[in-house]
Amino acid sequence: MKISTIKELLKAEIVCCEDMLEHEVFSACGSDMMSDVLAYVKDQAVLLTGLVNSQVIRTAEMMDMNCIVFVRSKMPTAEMIELAKDSGIVLLATPKRMYEACGILYSNGLVGNRVKNV
Amino acid sequence: MSEVLNFHFVVNGEDFTSAGQASMMMKRNLRQLGMPPEIIRQVSIAMYEGEINMVIHAGGGEADVNVTEEYIEIILADKGPGIKDIEQAMQEGFSTATDSIRSLGFGAGMGLPNMKRYTDYMDIDSEVGVGTTITMRINLQ
Repeated sequence: MKISTIKELLKAEIVCCEDMLEHEVFSACGSDMMSDVLAYVKDQAVLLTGLVNSQVIRTAEMMDMNCIVFVRSKMPTAEMIELAKDSGIVLLATPKRMYEACGILYSNGLVGNRVKNV
Repeated sequence: MSEVLNFHFVVNGEDFTSAGQASMMMKRNLRQLGMPPEIIRQVSIAMYEGEINMVIHAGGGEADVNVTEEYIEIILADKGPGIKDIEQAMQEGFSTATDSIRSLGFGAGMGLPNMKRYTDYMDIDSEVGVGTTITMRINLQ
């Protein structure tokens, strides 16, 4: 699924890295616990989270994720935006709640189970 | 006569926001060395979890990464409180982290198990009241 499609489906606002909207993601992960995110490597994934701190960006960077969606209209800080720009990670903010946002992406075909074994 | 590259980092324990900087720098170093993406990811995640642990439990520490032809070795050493029961600490879901750490997205009891999951060898040397040294290796061959 293209990041631009995620943006449309979730009625999300683009926070940074607009030039990467045509990049694809193949799986998704929704969590506020970063160690749970780090537990299973997924291929080119999007991270949905309600957590707002720099470790969200670093976690995505370590996992080679290329998009983060902040749910419940949470907005990343200026420092987080800088980190995301450095790492080339698209940041989106949606007013939808976690459960709904995940459900919308899942029912539109982003099933999120393409877990890679390392 | 194989060459060993050493990278040394000081992990600042006072600032949770900057935790992960050493892992991020190491990730970039490995990219420059032309390491395969899967190996880079394994090293980055294992080191990042270790770095976070040092910041939230031990007030910081030092990280050394040795790159040899056979493996990449990560050594994380701190002078923190030590781990009382290593077997218990290795169980997924076991954590001694406070609620304030959980509210930052960590302390789910996945850090040490994740470090083991992404590495080929892991040793924990810990003494209560003295500190902890964790050695991890990821094979390159």
